[in-house]
Amino acid sequence: MTYIAKPKFHHPGLKKNDLGYTHRDYEGKISTLCAGCGHDSITASIIEACFELSIEPHRVAKISGIGCSSKTPDYFLGNSHGFNSVHGRMPSVLTGANLANRDLIYLGVSGDGDSASIGFGQFAHSIRRGVNMTYIVENNGVYGLTKGQFSATADRGSKSKKGVMNTDNAIDLVAIALQLGASFVARSFSGDKTQLVPLIAAAIRHKGASFIDVISPCIAFNNHAGSTKSFDYVREHNDAVNRLDVLTGRDPITVDYSPGTVQVVEQHDGTRLALRKIDADYDASDRLAAMTFLQKHAAKGQVVTGLLYVDPDAEDLHTHLDTVETPLNKLEAEDLCPGSAALEKINASLR
Amino acid sequence: MPDQSPISSVNDFVVRFANVNGSGSASANELFARSILRHGVPVSPRNIFPSNIQGLPTWYEVRVTEAGHLGARGGVDMMVAMNPQTWDKDVASIEPGGYLFYDSTKPMPSSKFRSDITVIGVPLTAITNSTYTDPRQRQLFKNIIYLGALCALLDMDPKLIEQLIGEQYKTKEKLLSSNVHALHLGRDWALQNLKCPIGLQVKKSDKVGDRIFMEGNSAAALGAVYGGATVCAWYPITPSSSVAEAFTSHCKKLRHDPKTGKAKYAIVQGEDELASIGIVIGASWNGARAFTATSGPGISLMTEFIGLSYFAEIPAVIMNIQRAGPSTGMPTRTQQCDIIACAYASHGDTKHVLLFPEDPAEAFEFAAQSFDLADRLQTTIFLMLDLDIGMNHRLCRPLKWDDGRQYDRGKVMTAAMLDEPGRDFGRYLDVDGDGIPYRTYPGTHPTKGSFFTRGTSRDRYARYSEEGAIYADNMQRLVRKFETAQDLVPRPLQANAAKPTKYGVIYFGSTAPAMDEAIGLLEARGHQLDRMRIRAFPFHSSVASFIADHDFVYVVEQNRDAQLRQLIVNENGIDPVRLVPILHYDGTPITARFIANAIGDHQDHLKVTPLRKAVS
Repeated sequence: MTYIAKPKFHHPGLKKNDLGYTHRDYEGKISTLCAGCGHDSITASIIEACFELSIEPHRVAKISGIGCSSKTPDYFLGNSHGFNSVHGRMPSVLTGANLANRDLIYLGVSGDGDSASIGFGQFAHSIRRGVNMTYIVENNGVYGLTKGQFSATADRGSKSKKGVMNTDNAIDLVAIALQLGASFVARSFSGDKTQLVPLIAAAIRHKGASFIDVISPCIAFNNHAGSTKSFDYVREHNDAVNRLDVLTGRDPITVDYSPGTVQVVEQHDGTRLALRKIDADYDASDRLAAMTFLQKHAAKGQVVTGLLYVDPDAEDLHTHLDTVETPLNKLEAEDLCPGSAALEKINASLR
Repeated sequence: MPDQSPISSVNDFVVRFANVNGSGSASANELFARSILRHGVPVSPRNIFPSNIQGLPTWYEVRVTEAGHLGARGGVDMMVAMNPQTWDKDVASIEPGGYLFYDSTKPMPSSKFRSDITVIGVPLTAITNSTYTDPRQRQLFKNIIYLGALCALLDMDPKLIEQLIGEQYKTKEKLLSSNVHALHLGRDWALQNLKCPIGLQVKKSDKVGDRIFMEGNSAAALGAVYGGATVCAWYPITPSSSVAEAFTSHCKKLRHDPKTGKAKYAIVQGEDELASIGIVIGASWNGARAFTATSGPGISLMTEFIGLSYFAEIPAVIMNIQRAGPSTGMPTRTQQCDIIACAYASHGDTKHVLLFPEDPAEAFEFAAQSFDLADRLQTTIFLMLDLDIGMNHRLCRPLKWDDGRQYDRGKVMTAAMLDEPGRDFGRYLDVDGDGIPYRTYPGTHPTKGSFFTRGTSRDRYARYSEEGAIYADNMQRLVRKFETAQDLVPRPLQANAAKPTKYGVIYFGSTAPAMDEAIGLLEARGHQLDRMRIRAFPFHSSVASFIADHDFVYVVEQNRDAQLRQLIVNENGIDPVRLVPILHYDGTPITARFIANAIGDHQDHLKVTPLRKAVS
């Protein structure tokens, strides 16, 4: 319960990052989600990724919509400002926040109801505008807070807990994000933290619209036989195309990779992404191939995971709008107000 | 010769141009209006246009008014009938003794005219076709040719029109000379073939002064520039789109960093109104000044976010350029019909601040002020314009800015403040008793001042809570905050009648010029009225005392349901019998004649039957 305070006590030997922060500095309030919820694992992965990147927690703005997933920003980065906004409208709120201050890190947390149904339009438009953000969908295929209705990402033919068959086609947000020009696209599984943590870290360091679809089973309403978003189903059908290591700083790549199996991508800020290929043919820099690959594997019932596409030279919305480097919320009257002399000229032109 | 003596009037008449939408007439007609201004004679022009790009009828009406009556007058003294589609209706609308100006290239049967008006035929198509071969040129210059003919007929000074053309095409010599040539083609033809001038004449005067001629939407957008708005998110909708377009063009001229050329603003055309207000709220939450511009249907779509802005206390500025509703209604017609929709927008108990500018000058001032109010009150501020103010050029006092003015960013706690010993930050803590809590911008301090913004109920420290007492405490504070707003918003303006009177009138927004003129008409009929122009909601205490000071008060507005009256009754606990609705809602701008007739008839009736008997 959020009103139960977490104990401040922590082990003196806790690992510290470059800023001297421990994991505890990246935690939030105690989760109110069901015990075993996949979303809590994603929360843990976000905490881990921010810790590893040595991000100052207060320099992150965490924004969400409405739903189980959208509650989670309260459970991590307690020293960050959070905004649990309106159902399906996280993308617009995040876009506005980002326009106001380009210097913060924007973490958008949403669910499949929030992003694939009520907020499908906002999801699409924030991606196509190239807002510099990390957009995470905690995808369980079901409406949890309202007790088990299908969401738009539920696969056709999958069964609800009550035994109802879903006859509508599923929306694959990853496929849509690729089509709309997202410059960083990944899919992962809440039960695979080793895969997920570096993906979140790389997405945060990516300049542009980063989208991660995380399959996150709903322990209460969508973890039964016949569901295609259950722990068992996703484990059995998970088809990871690569494993990612995020390398910050100037350290040489010391990880021992077999030759020809690693694709190294350097992002704008100097972060290097070492992609260990699992599927030798998969090329994460080819958008069209990624789309085809996804479709082919989806037809076979496989859930393709990993870093599916990255464009390290992406531009963001601020580049397109050519805004000043100073965050807009730091501009003062002297920067913004043209003054009375300019107004006199305008008056003169209107006579 | 007409069987009614022709109207004879200097500097006081109405000319209406009936055109086909998309025929390029708008700029020639505007040139006509501006050139009269250059004679020192006030004009009040209005566009009457369809929801259409090309082909449907459109009218442009110019009221020439030395007395400075800027409201619509009603009636037409001269019709420039350039649209065969609307000919019959246009001819019928001319006042007896009025004038009909038409293209006489093709002969018309005499049944198409009236015997009580002066008919002036100019073979515009013939003149145009003998001079120009390019079809586009023919169309455009035809408009300038009729302007030239009017110049002769109304005895206008052609030099003043030439001067205006010169200013318009300063850098385009070819266009300049060809326009001037077309102007004289029309003028010379009229001088040689017609009796010039006619009874309607423009004589030089000095009644314009230093006033400017501007559209309300452009003025509001300029107010946003001066008020420090950096984020604008919008979705196209008539009649508000020109706010965002004007903001864009003002910013291009005024808001680029001189060294880097980069933009000190961000404008996003959203995918819809929901996204637009979402962007505004996100930006304001993060400490930028942000606004959107929309109209009725957009307000309906934004209401969920407006409730969030109220409850989570996030500044937002919404410019609502009202048009006739409900639903799609009449998108290109004016009304003041969103008063209730905006005052109480969103589910649950909500109330919002509304500002009612009367003209472009006030639209500029209130737009700039709305950002201070939004930051100070941490809530949505509605700037309530309408199509009549927004999309018509209006003569108004010059815009003014005090260079010593600072932006009021409201209660924002900085990192230094958070570090002060003993400082207690509670996002919803009413530390000053005015109902307004402190907020922090994201990213302010590594360990202090962060909070979780939500639309759900929470305690004074922004912690989630469904406790009834905690919820009620917060709702009560919001009431206190709204009471604080009462003294921050623009106060009503009051003007007393020449003689003491028991009757008053309340009005607001674009009704102002018609009301001012109506007062004179009513005085001529022997009716005295004290008047109050309401400029904002929540209502200042003087509104209730004004009503208390009179036996009853007329409330003049441009909607069917007397929405401002409802709001006054509801918010001030006024007996509805004391407020007499005067309602104009056919989509045309309210006129002085309408107001004077409606109030005058009511007053005349009172003289016959004492009030006591009438109500009992």
